[in-house]
Formats: sequence, structure tokens, C-alpha cells
Amino acid sequence: MATIEARDLRKRFGTTVALDAIDLHVEEGRILGLVGPNGAGKTTALNAILGLTSYQGELKVLGRDPWTERDQLMQNVSFIADVAVLPRWIRVTQLLDYVAGVHPRFDRKKAEGFLARTVIKRTSKVRELSKGMVAQLHLAVVMAIDAKLLVLDEPTLGLDILYRKQFYDSLLNDYFDHSRTIVVTTHQVEEVQDVLTDLMFINRGRIVLQCSMEEFESRYLEVMVNPEHVATARALKPIYERPVFGRSVLLFDHADRDQLASLGEVRRPSIADLFVAVMSNNVAEPPPLPQKATAPEVTT
Amino acid sequence: MNTQPSNTPESTGVSDSAYNKAPTQPFYWSVWRELWENRSIYVAPLIVAVVILFGFLVSTVGMAQRRQSVLLLDQTRQRAVIGVPYDAAAMILIVTAFIVGVFYCLDALHSERRDRSILFWKSLPVSDRTTVLSKAIIPLLVLPVITFGIIVLVQFLMLLWSSVILLPSGLSGTTWTRFNLFQQSLILVYSLIVIALWHAPIYGWALLISGLARRATFLWAVLPPLAIGVLEKIAFNTSHFVSMLKDRVFGAGDTAFAFQPHRGVAIDSLIQLTPGRYLATPGLWIGLAFAAAFVAIAVRQRRYQGPI
Repeated sequence: MATIEARDLRKRFGTTVALDAIDLHVEEGRILGLVGPNGAGKTTALNAILGLTSYQGELKVLGRDPWTERDQLMQNVSFIADVAVLPRWIRVTQLLDYVAGVHPRFDRKKAEGFLARTVIKRTSKVRELSKGMVAQLHLAVVMAIDAKLLVLDEPTLGLDILYRKQFYDSLLNDYFDHSRTIVVTTHQVEEVQDVLTDLMFINRGRIVLQCSMEEFESRYLEVMVNPEHVATARALKPIYERPVFGRSVLLFDHADRDQLASLGEVRRPSIADLFVAVMSNNVAEPPPLPQKATAPEVTT
Repeated sequence: MNTQPSNTPESTGVSDSAYNKAPTQPFYWSVWRELWENRSIYVAPLIVAVVILFGFLVSTVGMAQRRQSVLLLDQTRQRAVIGVPYDAAAMILIVTAFIVGVFYCLDALHSERRDRSILFWKSLPVSDRTTVLSKAIIPLLVLPVITFGIIVLVQFLMLLWSSVILLPSGLSGTTWTRFNLFQQSLILVYSLIVIALWHAPIYGWALLISGLARRATFLWAVLPPLAIGVLEKIAFNTSHFVSMLKDRVFGAGDTAFAFQPHRGVAIDSLIQLTPGRYLATPGLWIGLAFAAAFVAIAVRQRRYQGPI
């Protein structure tokens, strides 16, 4: 059974289409990064998965319908919707008491262990903690829950780089194992690049790119082309071109590495580079899926 | 579903780590959560209690002389006069609890949306029904219990203090015999139940509005009913709706007690309690039906609500 299975998922707010027939299939043990510009529909998609919003189409999370079975689903799903959703009036001890009292899969000792590594005092109220400490507290609670699926929606928004780094480190080292699944959205794509196993770009309610990270690494290459080879390189139909320090950087999908190496310096693009490329193509041409990258396919 | 013999009988699809499950009490902890967040539920009555006690302290100056003249009156008048501060203390605290309850309900489903914490609460396996009911039980059960405790305590301290004041004059016992604390406590229990049930639709309405309104919950709760009243007055020159509202707020005692003219509003005898007549009042059951409907809509509505 897939962790998340969506077919023809749709959602509109008035005349705005937030989700436009999304098909989604997330297997157990994956870490999926959902990347998209503001208003692309990422949060709406996550909200549908979490039972926070209604939708049309078919959606099953761990075999359940999130909209009608949210409370049972939450025994196996955790989420951090935002950095600042812990109630400001609650004390750390009260928070632990409450979650221990309502959640059958919460391990209080584990949470206390995570908290012991921070400077958060048990008697503090959330309003007395800094933003980074609130994120640490929320993560400590969530990591102590033995959930199948963890959903993170911009979990590090507004945190400084130390906290952001620490956040993903503890997530990987202390939480993730291959029986769990994580779905994360963030604008700081470079920070999650090494964390993800799967990547999905979403724009205007549609999935515009979907691939595993292995696929991403083998498919996409970026070349800083030597000035004399620019015309040759362009003939190979790059999906995107941008100038860097007066030279052209071309991004290729499914190109031959050796051939590209003769044109200039080849490197692996970052998710951010690919994102910009896919998004700008997406804006230019209404039919969105980048299926046209089948130019001079050179096989080895 | 799964016929593999290797599967243990208790493993059901998703949950393979059933051993990890701890017993939970979502409703119990949700009620505690309300008390943590809304300390006014007990702080406000306590402050009022302190004010009452202080006022009583001042009023006992020269009590001994006044008591001498009160004891010259007939039996029922004696009870009426001596009992006044005790009955007043109870009534003030009951009114306080009502005000606290209404404002609590107006905020209950609004504050979690205002501070976005609804996203955290909804990340836990607690149903909307449990959440809303844990809020509804505050004015219907928790506040009455707290009010009962505080009223009995206040009356006991007042009795104690009056005994001390009257000790030199040898009249200490006269208050205890005129104001029977045990019997008054029984009457108080009855009164609190009667009032809570009568006010249930008010609390339900406030709860519903707190889950619906984006802001100004008080105005949304109060103005539409008033508008209906005004409309009725202008259109038909009648005021049934307004008198119905008035009855809902102030009318709890009308059928629950047999007031006696010479005793004023004081209830000092169990004979004055008329539960049969109260239970036979259609208004009680209509009100409870409305309360249940409001709460049911609030439960349903919470599923659609997110941060505002």
C-alpha cells in the first residue's frame, strides 16, 4: 500500500484553481520534496493530505480518507504546518502532558531526551521561547511520535541557518528510517537537496516535474559553455539558458555527458537551478509538462 | 483481508507497532487544556469571592447591635434579614459564572483559529467532536462545580467571621441556625443544575458563533438576535422574540422555584424547589434541543475551519 495515493485531485477556491487534477503516488520510506512558487498549490495539496481541506477526486493516505477520518489518521501521521503553531500560552510540561494524554504513539521519554539537548526549560511557556526554540520544541514532540508519515510545510521558515541545519540533521539522524515517509515543502531548496529521495515541482496547481533524486542526478546536467561553443551547445536544445559572469550556462535534460564536456565545464545543477529553468519554461508555454526534451537523444 | 499465517491476529493493516500504543484519554486532557488556557474560569470567580469577603468584613462593623434588633422580628423575617449577605454572595458568584461562561464560549473556537494553533491541535488524533464537547462542558459542568465550591467556601468563611464578631455578645450561634449551610448547599446544587441547563442554548450559540465568526464574536452573537427583535417590533409591533430572549437569560428560576412573597427571592426551604414543574417546562427541552443543535453544527463546522 502506498503511503499517499491521489488520483485526479482537484480543489478550487472560488474561481482560483488551487489543485488541477493532481496524481500523486508516494511509497513508504521516501522523502519527497514539494517545490513550487508561492500560491502554486503546495499547501493546499498538503492540507488535503492532512484532512484540513476538502477536495474533489480520489485521495487515500495510509488507506484512509483524510477529510472524513482525520482523527484516526493522525495516529499515524504527524505534521508541522508552520513554525509558529504551538499555542503561545502553553507550558512545555503541559504540552508534553497533553500530547502524552491524547496520542497513543507518543513516547514522552523520547521527547524529554530530545529536549535535554536544547536549552528549553520545562517550566517555560511557548511565548517565552525564541522562534528557533519553538521549532526545536515542536520537532522534539513530533519526533517522539511513532508516525508513518510526517508532513512538513515550510518547517524552518524564518529560522536562522544554524537552526535550519540542525532541524534537518536531527530529522535524518534521529527520526527517519525506511518505514517512515516524509513530505516536505520549503523555499530553501538547497538545504534539502541532500535530504530528499524524490522531487516534485508544482506550479499553478499542476505537477510540472516529478522524479527521484537518482533520476534527477542522471538526467540533468549543466554546462558553463566556452564562448566559442555557444552555438553548438544551443543546437543540442538546452531546456534553459542563463548568463553567469558574461558566460552562458546551459541546462540539459537527457544529454550525453561526454559531448557536453567538450563544450565547457559540466556540473550537476542544483534543485534551485532546475526549478528556475522549469518554472520559466512553464510560464512561457501554456502546455506545461516538459516532455519535449527528446531532441538529439544520443545513446551510448 | 490478509490471510498470511505469519500475521499476528491483532495486527490490523496499518498499525504493526500495536505494542507501542499507550492508553489515552483525549476528552479528559482536552478539558484540562481548556483550564490551562482559560485561567479566568477559576480566577474570575476567586477574585469576586475575595471582593465579597472584603465587603462582608466591612459590613460586620457594629453587627452585634444590629443582630439584637433583628432577633426581635418574627422567625421568617429573621431568616430573611440574616440571610441577605449569604444569598447575595451566592447570586453574585452565579452571575459571575454566567458572564465568564458566555465570554469563554465566545472565545473557545475563535482563539485557536486566531493564534493558528488549530493547525497544531488538528495534527493530533483528537476528533472535532471531542474538542468541541470538551469546550461545551466547561460552562455546563466545570464552571458550575467551581462555582459551587467557591460559594460554599465563601459562605462558610462568612459564617465563621460573623461568629467571631458575635462571640463577645454571645450571639454566635444565631447566624448558623438562621442560615443552614448544609441545606443551602443542597439548594445551591439544584439551582446550579437548573441554571446551567436553562442557559445551555446560550452557551451553545456562543460556541457556534466563536467557530464561525472571523472577528467580533460578541457582536455576531448579540446583534443578530437583537435585529430580529427590532424587526419584529417594527413589522408587527410585538416583542415576543425579545421577551423570549429575556426569559432565556433571566427566567431559569421561574418554574424551578416557588418564590414566596414575604421571603423575596430568597430560597430557604427545600419545599420551595419544584423540579417537577421545571422538567415539565417546554422551554427547557426546546432550549436543550437548540443547544444540542448548536453544538452539533459547531462540531461539523470545525472540520472546515483553519487559521484566520
